[in-house]
Amino acid sequence: MDWFDSWGLTLVVFLPVVGMALVLLTPRDDERSLKGIALATTLATLGVAVGVLAKFDYDATSKLQFEVNKSWIEVINSNYHVAVDGISLPLLALSAFISVLCVVYSWNHWPEPHNPEGLPRVDSPARDGDERHVRRAGPDPLLHLLRDRPAPDVLHDRRLGGPNREYASIKFFLFTLFGSALMLLGFLALYFKVDVDPSMAGMQHSFDIVALAAAGGSGLVHGTQLLIFGGLFLGFAIKVPMFPFHTWLPDAHTEAPTVGSVLLAAILLKLGTYGFVRIALPILPEAAKSWAWFIGLLSVIGIIYGALGCLAQTDMKRLIAFSSVAHMGFVMLGISTMTDFGINAAIFGMVAHGLITGMLFFVAGSIQHNLHTREFSRLGGLLLQAPRMGWILGFCAMASLGLPGLAGFWGEFPAIMSAFSPANGLSEVTFRTYMVIAAVGTVLAAGYLLWMLQRVAFGTVKDEFKDADIHDVSTTEWIAWTPILVLIVVLGVYPNLLFKITDGAVVQMTDAMTKVIGG
Amino acid sequence: MRLPTRRSPAVQPVLHGATWWTNGGFDLRVGVQIDGLAVMMMFVVTTISLLVHVYSTEYMRDDRRYTHYFAALNLFTASMLLLVVADNTLQLLVGWELVGLCSFLLIGHWWEEKPNGDAALKAFFTTRTGDIGLLTGVIMTFFVVERATGQGSFDIMAVNEAALSGKVGHTLLMMTALALLLAIIGKSGQFPLHTWLPDAMAGPTPVSALIHAATMVVAGVYLGARLYPVFYEGLNIGGGGINAMAAIGGTTVIIGAALAFVQDDIKKVLAYSTISQLGYMVMGLGVGAWTAATFHLFTHAFFKANLFLGSGSVAHSGSHHSFDMKKSMGGLKKYMPQTYWTFVIGTLALTGFPMLAGFFSKDEILATAGESDYQFFKYVGLAGAVMTAAYMVRCIYLTFFGEYRGGQPDVHGDDAHAVEHGHDGPHESPRLITGPLWVLSGFSILAGYLNAPAFGIEKFKEWFEPRVAFPETLIHPEFKMADAATAVVVVLIGYALAYAYYWPKVLPQNLSERNGLARAGKTFLVNKYYLDHLYTNVVVGGIKGPVARAAYWVNQNVIDGVLNGVGRGARVAGKFTYAVIDQKGVDGAINGIAVGTGEIGDATRKLQTGRLQFYALMLFICVGLFGLALWLGH
Repeated sequence: MDWFDSWGLTLVVFLPVVGMALVLLTPRDDERSLKGIALATTLATLGVAVGVLAKFDYDATSKLQFEVNKSWIEVINSNYHVAVDGISLPLLALSAFISVLCVVYSWNHWPEPHNPEGLPRVDSPARDGDERHVRRAGPDPLLHLLRDRPAPDVLHDRRLGGPNREYASIKFFLFTLFGSALMLLGFLALYFKVDVDPSMAGMQHSFDIVALAAAGGSGLVHGTQLLIFGGLFLGFAIKVPMFPFHTWLPDAHTEAPTVGSVLLAAILLKLGTYGFVRIALPILPEAAKSWAWFIGLLSVIGIIYGALGCLAQTDMKRLIAFSSVAHMGFVMLGISTMTDFGINAAIFGMVAHGLITGMLFFVAGSIQHNLHTREFSRLGGLLLQAPRMGWILGFCAMASLGLPGLAGFWGEFPAIMSAFSPANGLSEVTFRTYMVIAAVGTVLAAGYLLWMLQRVAFGTVKDEFKDADIHDVSTTEWIAWTPILVLIVVLGVYPNLLFKITDGAVVQMTDAMTKVIGG
Repeated sequence: MRLPTRRSPAVQPVLHGATWWTNGGFDLRVGVQIDGLAVMMMFVVTTISLLVHVYSTEYMRDDRRYTHYFAALNLFTASMLLLVVADNTLQLLVGWELVGLCSFLLIGHWWEEKPNGDAALKAFFTTRTGDIGLLTGVIMTFFVVERATGQGSFDIMAVNEAALSGKVGHTLLMMTALALLLAIIGKSGQFPLHTWLPDAMAGPTPVSALIHAATMVVAGVYLGARLYPVFYEGLNIGGGGINAMAAIGGTTVIIGAALAFVQDDIKKVLAYSTISQLGYMVMGLGVGAWTAATFHLFTHAFFKANLFLGSGSVAHSGSHHSFDMKKSMGGLKKYMPQTYWTFVIGTLALTGFPMLAGFFSKDEILATAGESDYQFFKYVGLAGAVMTAAYMVRCIYLTFFGEYRGGQPDVHGDDAHAVEHGHDGPHESPRLITGPLWVLSGFSILAGYLNAPAFGIEKFKEWFEPRVAFPETLIHPEFKMADAATAVVVVLIGYALAYAYYWPKVLPQNLSERNGLARAGKTFLVNKYYLDHLYTNVVVGGIKGPVARAAYWVNQNVIDGVLNGVGRGARVAGKFTYAVIDQKGVDGAINGIAVGTGEIGDATRKLQTGRLQFYALMLFICVGLFGLALWLGH
């Protein structure tokens, strides 16, 4: 079906925007229609995404598929260029998948019921749509402006969140804008400085990621490469978030409503890591090689530091937020090795973290919904009050600490492993040190997660909640959660489901980098 | 292609596999490797698991979470078998972690009480600390193969062949062996990470028998046996002298046995005994006694499961669910004859009484150590044997002899049962409990005859010792009457000392109350060498407390402080720009200085309502600076 090949990706990107427009046109007190439209839109998007998954050629994952390349702003040689390959496909699927489940969860978890300000779904479809732009294999970097349009995020936090939401949303905005500014400048520098192949991009200057990656930074002196990479690095590292650019994250999570946290953890954070894999590394491999030790260092600091931050928390949701810093540290460690092993692990880690941490935020949200608190000192005995929810929490804690047989392990283990033997030219001693530090991080992960489990689920119910009206997992929660739980197990038992998609594209990319940096 | 040396087709491992994951353009496999060692372990795991299941149907009757218990028990058995049949180190790691999970679930089975949850967490953390070694060690096995063949692999056969090929640098092999040794230390309760195992007794007793005596804790020893060439080459075991593995094992033999003397809880006596016996196995591997060590693993599984289930029987029917020998037991011999006799058989087998299982396996470790260049460890083993004999006699005395000291029903984890049955005095356990005890006693007597060089039987070696990818220079000692006699004498001395202390009371009693040195020694032992204090208060407490708080303080004050400072600085700059430069400077030049203060106030308020301006300002400053840098760089 040729029609789908050329329109599939465009549909998956813009359907949520249509949904957003419809939601905006619906009266705000018509809760049923709002939910219905949101569900229909996200389901339709998922449907298209499933179509893409079904028609994707898994024997050629390194090839750009469903490619559309149309002239957009001719004067600067900027095209509307979208496509998917093995690296972007898993994240496209994840975005479409999580969005539906978030809408389902929202069905009975309407934040602050009947609050006139409660417009929780206005922003999400738009956000997902924006992110998918960046998920394309070869989008125009100018599109990043669309992504960083701040309004949805701010609205997201400010209207619905906790008491400190103004500070949190402003802080998030500040960070993001700061990074984006430098990133934008980096893109402009790439446009003007890199000599791309005119037969590929039409002109000598281009924003096209594919053309820029093919050029591999040719025409740039090393110092300029380093500077440009620095700009890109800041933009992406803030989104990941890497230590020390992470402090917006716990604040944003603490204040955001449940679904906001899930989307933030499951989808938004991946923009940063995806940016490294898709843009920073292939376009500027030599600069990446010079920066690698530093990125690796920040990654392992993040692993340990994030874990320590978790251990200091008294708020369940804030703990889960801090754990993201540690988990994304593993992802970034894999990327910093610049090896196929490490980057495969990083993509697996992105998906796994999205599922597992998203799920943890769901559970934390439901606990708060029931007990109106997330303070460890007041929680306890969840397994007695709501055994199913308690065991789901235990399951997710185990998945999050990287228990083999569940998805989280396959993001961590190969990433740690890749550090034993980083790409040619990187210091083995340095990266092996990182390997050991990362391995120590897995122990700390077990520490804070089981400690959380013990304080929330074990023991007996505190007196103040002895007679509380607690609902165990409800039907909508089962519908929203079961697919995630199943995927965590399936990917853990048979990781090849994901690795075989990513590996071809990753190997092609690392081979291309090796050609530039030597090996 | 993986088995270059084919000597005896009968003992060729059976290999099956499928693609598990793909990375870097090649397939990594999941599969099974069934050889003698795997078969031996499968026999141990399934047999003891079956008996424990039968036993548990009675022991755990009316438990508050009967289904959870059996679900976890079965998950454990499956995970253990996954570990045993693994044909690659990564799959072994998966099984390894999963049995750790089941151990966590079962130790914390009665999680309502905080000590049980604490014990479960402690077990998980401690073994996870060892798993730092497993993680890095497994990674290094991959690169060991890569060095030898050019293509990395986790395949156990390939790893063993690579280790023996001589193509791999000694440093890498040594690091691999040491990393894996750390994993063994964590999982198999070796000094100094043994402290979780006694606490793990918080779980139901059948769990202690299955997981914390017979199967999971020997996973470390199994790992050592599985990847023996790596240890053999990496630690230079063939060279004699001293190596880390033998030293750790030997230390654990003595350390564990000494602690068993000061325990009042019968399960803790057995737990420390298990630690000590695991020490024998690790020491055996360390001195080159592969066959003897795995043989000891085999026999120990039966008699230690026997003893643990026996202690459970005592608690179930004799001591109102208490495990305190001094407070709730004593004189149970006449009430529980079957439990008593099976316990005695288990004890004799454990202590190495002639012609029982432990006699053959333990003596073989000592004999091998004696014949190789590890004389020292032979004496360590003999010293351990004296201690084992003595503390087990003490245990039997306190439990089954003297006056019955059990009083009112004691509240323990599985107390619901006691109330329902209305126990009013100690009595024999039902058949579902004594049955497994007798079966295990049978094994405790007979298992040793698989390898009894004294009678010319070497079936264990013949069936289970690998013929491919295995060091060829291992020593298999001849039977020597003198060695056997020494061992018997040593054991008898142990019995005699304990007997003399407890029955006729001829040895000085209550020495620790009169002699300062003895008191200091006892205090040291009662406090478990202060290791728990070190780990719980200093290490874990330090990380959880001051270190984590300090990191978080940095987060909130330093990093966010910089951030907020930048924000405030931008605001001040903005105010200055507007109020001074724009309003006073530019506007002032036009309008003069007659501007009311109210206007400035208004203007300032406007700025304070939204901070976006400052970000925008910052944006332009940054873009400007960056552009300048780029331009200069050009």
